[in-house]
Amino acid sequence: MSAFVDFDRVWLAYNDALLAEQTFAVEDITLQAGRGEFIAIVGPSGCGKSTFMKLATGLRRPSRGTVVIDGHEVSGPLKITGMAFQAPSLLPWRTTLDNVLLPLEIVEPYRSQFRRHKREFADKARALLASVGLAGYESKYPWELSGGMQQRASICRALIHEPKMLLLDEPFGALDAFTREELWCALRDLWTVQRFNVILVTHDLREAVFLADTVYVMSKSPGRMLVKREIGLPRPRDLELTYTTSFTDIVHELRGHIGAIRQGAPTASTGAGVTA
Amino acid sequence: MTRNQTERLAPWLLLTVILLLWEAICRGLGVSEFIFPAPSRIWEQFLRFYPVIGMHAWHTFWVTMVGFGLSIVVGVLLGFLIGSSRTAYAALYPLMTAFNALPKAAFVPILVVWFGIGVGPAILTAFLISFFPIMVNIATGLATLEPELEDVLRVLGAKRWDVLTKVGLPRTLPYFYASLKVAITLAFVGTTVSEMTASNQGIGYLLISAGSSLQMGLAFAGLFVVGIMAMIMYELFSWLEKRTTAWAHRGSH
Repeated sequence: MSAFVDFDRVWLAYNDALLAEQTFAVEDITLQAGRGEFIAIVGPSGCGKSTFMKLATGLRRPSRGTVVIDGHEVSGPLKITGMAFQAPSLLPWRTTLDNVLLPLEIVEPYRSQFRRHKREFADKARALLASVGLAGYESKYPWELSGGMQQRASICRALIHEPKMLLLDEPFGALDAFTREELWCALRDLWTVQRFNVILVTHDLREAVFLADTVYVMSKSPGRMLVKREIGLPRPRDLELTYTTSFTDIVHELRGHIGAIRQGAPTASTGAGVTA
Repeated sequence: MTRNQTERLAPWLLLTVILLLWEAICRGLGVSEFIFPAPSRIWEQFLRFYPVIGMHAWHTFWVTMVGFGLSIVVGVLLGFLIGSSRTAYAALYPLMTAFNALPKAAFVPILVVWFGIGVGPAILTAFLISFFPIMVNIATGLATLEPELEDVLRVLGAKRWDVLTKVGLPRTLPYFYASLKVAITLAFVGTTVSEMTASNQGIGYLLISAGSSLQMGLAFAGLFVVGIMAMIMYELFSWLEKRTTAWAHRGSH
């Protein structure tokens, strides 16, 4: 079986000087995800999670190793992906609807059809907005929406061109706990219906366990994939699940890995200082 | 009176107070009108000489507009270049800053040698003094794009041109209007300064000739007229800014 996402011993140094010094942002990453799989990557800050995203979208090419997505080696920006970040980065001069339509003005084949099919595309965007609970907000400007609503719109923008893969870089990091859980469910529902691949980068272990099929734990820089944890929890998952012991056990276990990483090299030396 | 009305009336009230105080000081202390004329004297002189003042003011106005138009064209083009290319930014910015530090009045004698007495030096001085803020603002608007947004678009296969027209340009508009408001006032300074030594028309020329014949009331009337013209243009751009880029001023309504 060939994987949809296939990282094979991938190393990345950001420039030639760093490469010569053998300073890598990520090291030796090998990872496979099947079609439609939801994977989450967790790790301490500055562990190269965002670098991983750049590799998966083709915005960066690996210094060593290969990245194959959907059967093709990645050699440039990958149009079959949609991206959303912690900052919704909606354009303040466009309405919510026009913000969501933006990718269609850029990506082919929609771009050349945009004028002719604008109404059709707008209907599609409205339907997508409605599916995340933003019906009635199409003609509002981003600043008239709450943070959670902006983030919903941002995810719609990432999905409007029907990407095969959705990349999320801490998309719910700036939201309050309740809004965050609402958005988990919104994302879960979109994914359940459309079954695109998801790579979710996050700090939040509960988020990762609740949403993902597989969680990877990354080490501190240089980033390496340390642990792969399959989340066997049955679907459909409900927020109630997050209060069960089987759920918290997994979160706890992952927390243990992160703790071990955080007490890695730098704290070991201070530890030596204390004993001396 | 609502808060809004108070705000609208405030500048007029302040102006009235200043004029009354000025008048009172001049009369109370008996200051000679050849030294420092009272507002009533300036007004009187204005009424007497308004055809002459109007003629010079119109000259200054159109000369300023030509210089200002030039600085919009050049400022926008340079701003684009600097804002969208890091190499151009590195190469041009220090030179431009050095150039901006030079007193533009010092260019007038040189411009006179090149273009003779008349509109040439005045237009160019207005241009030289006012293109810098436009350039800097355009460059800043373009150079401060959120990298995430650029990634979102680049992944979709967006060319630089797409990023520029879909995001860069609209985003830069508020910066552009803000710079116009600064630049227009500077352009009036440039024209007036140049006219003082290198022209026989315009408010600058009027100031010099009125001064040398000790007609202080007339000189002050000329100064007022420049101030009023700059203020009107400033308000015009303010209004344009609010109409076209309301999204950037959402706090104010």
